[in-house]
Amino acid sequence: MPTKVSLFVTCLVDQLFPRVGLAMADVVERLGYAVDFPEAQTCCGQPAFNSGFRGEARLVARHFLDVFAGADCIVCPSGSCASMVRHHYAELFQKDAAARAAAEAVAPRVWEFSEFLTEVARREDVGARFDGVVTYHDPCHALREMKIREQPRRLLRAVRGLELREMDIAEECCGFGGTFSVKFGEVSGAMLSTKIESIRRTGAGAVVSSDPSCLMQIRGGLSRAGLEVRALHLAEVLAGL
Amino acid sequence: MPAAMHGRIHEALLDERLQQALYAATGRLMHKRQSGVAAGQLPDYQELRDHAHLIKRHTMENLDYYLELLTSRVEGRGGRVVWCRDAGDVHAFFEQLVRDRGIRLAVKSKSMTSEEVELNEALDRAGVEAAETDLGEFIIQLAGEKPYHIVAPAMHKTRQQVADLFEQKLGLPREEEIEKQTMIARGVLRKKFLEADLGISGANFLIAESGAVVIVENEGNARLSTSAPRIHVALAGIEKIIPRAADLAVFLSLLGRSATGQPLTSYTSFLSGPRRPGERDGPEEFYVVLLDNGRSRILADRDKRQTLYCIRCGACLNICPVFRKIGGYSYPGTYSGPIGAILTPQMLGLGHEPALPFASSLCGACAEVCPVKIDIPKILLELRSDVKKAERRERRWTAERIGFALWAWLMRHPRLYEMAGAAASVALPAGRDGAWLRALPGPLQAWTEFRDFPPPAARSFRQLWRARRSRG
Repeated sequence: MPTKVSLFVTCLVDQLFPRVGLAMADVVERLGYAVDFPEAQTCCGQPAFNSGFRGEARLVARHFLDVFAGADCIVCPSGSCASMVRHHYAELFQKDAAARAAAEAVAPRVWEFSEFLTEVARREDVGARFDGVVTYHDPCHALREMKIREQPRRLLRAVRGLELREMDIAEECCGFGGTFSVKFGEVSGAMLSTKIESIRRTGAGAVVSSDPSCLMQIRGGLSRAGLEVRALHLAEVLAGL
Repeated sequence: MPAAMHGRIHEALLDERLQQALYAATGRLMHKRQSGVAAGQLPDYQELRDHAHLIKRHTMENLDYYLELLTSRVEGRGGRVVWCRDAGDVHAFFEQLVRDRGIRLAVKSKSMTSEEVELNEALDRAGVEAAETDLGEFIIQLAGEKPYHIVAPAMHKTRQQVADLFEQKLGLPREEEIEKQTMIARGVLRKKFLEADLGISGANFLIAESGAVVIVENEGNARLSTSAPRIHVALAGIEKIIPRAADLAVFLSLLGRSATGQPLTSYTSFLSGPRRPGERDGPEEFYVVLLDNGRSRILADRDKRQTLYCIRCGACLNICPVFRKIGGYSYPGTYSGPIGAILTPQMLGLGHEPALPFASSLCGACAEVCPVKIDIPKILLELRSDVKKAERRERRWTAERIGFALWAWLMRHPRLYEMAGAAASVALPAGRDGAWLRALPGPLQAWTEFRDFPPPAARSFRQLWRARRSRG
């Protein structure tokens, strides 16, 4: 069992949602881990990989592997970025034995936040309190590539004062999809409207998710629609005492 | 960005009635599938998927052997196998057949492969009326359209629209009740079945060991099309082959359930060869037309070969959040939805519609429901990489290419990355009181057209972290 956790906060959290990173650090520290933030970290390379620029993705992935080479346990607030490292790096380095070995060495040490809490730290109740009704949106890559379905829900159910009310299409994509959101902005927007409508029907005061990119999309839609529903990262809910 | 696909998408999204019909119809099929494969219905669903994948893999890796076996078995039973490289070969075969046999009317049961080679148009040029006999196909043929969905070709039509169509094209009194509309179609089609000299079908499976063509359907029109006329031609892609009849235990368990939630379709027909002496029905002549049309090229590509495992159940279309918005006509080519997005670029070439592999949020729902476990998102990613490699070969320096080159450099220089982030946060207009931004210039306009954008954080995580650590 590791005692030290290295945060990989992702570029999106670093630049746009730093509170999510701080909340994640708070929760992990509260459970007794020593937390460190390797400062040379930037991005996992997924934007380039998903856009077809594998050469560029490889360069950035190699940088990630260098930065996190010595880390025992890497915790990340995004199932999508964690999945990139765990599942797609090996594919990216099919023809580069050294990089592939480094990717295979790091893959079992990277954890998505809710997965880390429930499977590594083996905690569901992290001592949090949140008064109100929330609904949970499943991020696609966390759900389908990382098989994370129950972990965040178990964590939410253990929060004092919180009622989890499922929406009818929790597992349907919010429409983000990286550069898809701007290359096919209109389709992405239509998918988002369907999601927002489902969130609204629950009557929840907040939608919680475990991926900052889904939350950027969903909160952008809620804000545009003028709805008073908050969009929160799981870490933000769990950090609340 | 090619305008054609975006234009069709825009049209589909603006059509309020279509949006409702499409989301509801795909949703119904999606839920039927879900209950059809539920543990209570099919406890070994996941094992069947694994098994189906392995059978298809084995068959594709030994396709030459099985195609020759199939050919010898079909011919041993008095049928004929015709190997066609492309649409031209298929057209030539049919042109000669209808000329030699003096055929004027053909009945067709549903076949996406015949759509792929535009067979109806070729028959029309040869002076043959090709009557579609599947109800959905009958409707869209009357409307002069193409199939909207590989399983439900008229999914986009409401019964009111069908009533209009029947009234205008058949000159019959208006009828909005679905059962009565079905009876109208049946009345028209019965005559065609009796008069036609040629029946054309597709094939769901071709069994190599016995030479049988297997067709699943719910309306009985395929059975009539293949047995009433004196000639039957089954047109099938070379990937439709499976080694043994016993393998159907796997595929038939999955196909109906994945398509419509049915444990089995109403009819499953096994057709092997022409009528034999002493038999009372069946065609006098029996042909299996095997179509390549780019399939052997896909087969040669190790990374994308599994595209050929598809059994055309349509489950990936019904669950795809993109298909459920943009619908069948937004896709170029014959096949729509996620399977179309990986099949069309490989059949018609990447240049045909380079945007197509990018028209996906990569949510992965398609792979989760695929009965033969085709890793569609992985193939989309491969195709995206192929598109960008082709751009690079052509030395096309798009804004995106330059952007990603700069980005990759910045991401390997953490200090500069931090400075660039700080600069961007100054350059972007800060929202008042943390409010999200409603309008942004440049490439971010495509974002703010449909949703708000987060205001830049005053300080990045790394800056806040340093401050926190220095406080101890």
